[in-house]
Amino acid sequence: MPASTKRKPRGKRGAKKTRDTSTARAEARGSSWDPRIVVFACNWCSYAGADTAGVSRIQHQPHFRMIRVMCSGRIQPGFVLRAFEKGADGVLVSGCHFGDCHYVFGNERAVEQFEKTKNVVRLLGLEEGRLRLEWISAAEGVRFAEVINEFTDQVRQLGPSPLADKRVISSQSSVISKERAAEVVH
Amino acid sequence: MPELADVAKTTRAWACYDCGKCTATCPIARVGGDYSPRRHVLATNLRDRKEIVSNGTLFSCLTCSLCDRRCPAEVGYTQLIQKLRELSHREGVEPDCPHGGALQSVMRMMATGGTQQNRMDWLSDDLKTEPKQGTLFYWTGCAMYYDAFFPDFQVTTLNGTRAAVRLLNKLGQTPVVSPDERCCGHDLLWNGDRQSFESLARHNVKLVADSGAETLVVSCAECLRTWKLDYQPFFEGKPPRIMHITEFLAEHVPELKFKTDGQRRVTFQDPCRLGRHLGIYDAPRQMLAAMPGVELAEMRRSGPAALCCAGGTWSNCDRFAKQLQVGRLREARATGAEVLATACPKCQVHFRCAMKDPNLGGEIEIELRDVAELVADALAE
Ligand code: SF4
Ligand code: SF4
Ligand code: FES
Repeated sequence: MPASTKRKPRGKRGAKKTRDTSTARAEARGSSWDPRIVVFACNWCSYAGADTAGVSRIQHQPHFRMIRVMCSGRIQPGFVLRAFEKGADGVLVSGCHFGDCHYVFGNERAVEQFEKTKNVVRLLGLEEGRLRLEWISAAEGVRFAEVINEFTDQVRQLGPSPLADKRVISSQSSVISKERAAEVVH
Repeated sequence: MPELADVAKTTRAWACYDCGKCTATCPIARVGGDYSPRRHVLATNLRDRKEIVSNGTLFSCLTCSLCDRRCPAEVGYTQLIQKLRELSHREGVEPDCPHGGALQSVMRMMATGGTQQNRMDWLSDDLKTEPKQGTLFYWTGCAMYYDAFFPDFQVTTLNGTRAAVRLLNKLGQTPVVSPDERCCGHDLLWNGDRQSFESLARHNVKLVADSGAETLVVSCAECLRTWKLDYQPFFEGKPPRIMHITEFLAEHVPELKFKTDGQRRVTFQDPCRLGRHLGIYDAPRQMLAAMPGVELAEMRRSGPAALCCAGGTWSNCDRFAKQLQVGRLREARATGAEVLATACPKCQVHFRCAMKDPNLGGEIEIELRDVAELVADALAE
């Protein structure tokens, strides 16, 4: 990943470093807006699934940033809520299929944590469609790409997160800009 | 360091004569925590910013105010710690939240705003409320978030919220309960995040002002402290009369009809915000006394000397806090009471968590209820 972060942005990407409220709204209406999605993936299955998608050159939308954890059981509400707080438009939590977890029952914990997170996200008034839980195995490159495409489209439909919209996102902010996310993921 | 000079002045830290009573009193220090309030007072007087920001114990304080009461020089340590945390927040020092920052994120998202919360699902059909305008505003606080976040502890703070509305209805009031209420900002303020606190304060003060309410009734002791003390600079015009639910009920005791059966021994946990911060000790006790068949058994340390639930501001849950909670629950059990009543949802969250201790569970378990809940249950139909 460090090699790709150094890659020069091409074309329109990276031309604009900041995004303010009005442009975010305008972009939401036009087709040029791309969602910013945070994907949490476990080391043993879903992250490897993403790798499979990559090495098999399965095309999928690049508007997400992946955060690898050892097991989906590690993904506590604080992680997801922080992503939303920092302006993520959608959050995908992923791990091994039931029975496949490297730590036996980590993904069962993940479900419990996810349920709590979902309830709090609902209370906060964020659309349910911005949050998703998926099991993806290391072999399921095609499925990984499908899930990403589907979720990206779903979040795109919902438009920018009302929380992101309100924040003035500067280049120094810890929120990754979509240009930057695209660079990293590309 | 002009800022520390100011802080020393407003909190009377300058008057400290190094007697060490605060550290000797502090419950955290007493159970062995590496923590000394005196150290912060002296560092303030020496303008030693580095010591304050980097000694790592700034967030150990429960802000329970016990030391304030004992200090012979009347140093306002609780106020001092609030200021020092603000200072360190600006330098990027934040508490280690035991819940991975989830609650801080929730509060900050409310400060940002822009969404319509779904915070009203707890309202059952038998409860009468108004969404916008009315003479009495009932402040729910974040009980619905606690219940959603702590299902593993069987936290049911919303029962107290429902009971409060039911009692207000019984007294002929249709309170305003607003879907646009936001977190009062208490915890963020005590974490040092003044900026988020201020945006919440402005929103909430305006919300209540726009409702036209003359009275604001609050269930949560922390919200009450925030409304009564920390929101003061934000009011424009005449502020509403701000009361705790037990104060409101105590004023209307004669209008409440109680069942006469049953016999119960109850003990009361004084929330630090309600007691030492605001001086409200009598109202909850009056309500407990008003119920026929309820015998109040005080714990060894009660009233101004009460021990706080050691939960504070989602910033200091550690083995010392747990030790304090367990000790407090043992005190409650020692009274022989069947019920531990409290007047703050946070006390409930933290005591229920402590009761989950697999080794001690049986020894420290006790039924935990909000005072309003007990009162509502004791009403004659
Ligand atoms: S406020 Fe309470 S916890 Fe903090 S220093 Fe004083 S006695 Fe100790
Ligand atoms: S109790 Fe008061 S005077 Fe004594 S050391 Fe503490 S702050 Fe100073
Ligand atoms: S290792 Fe993949 S979910 Fe536990």
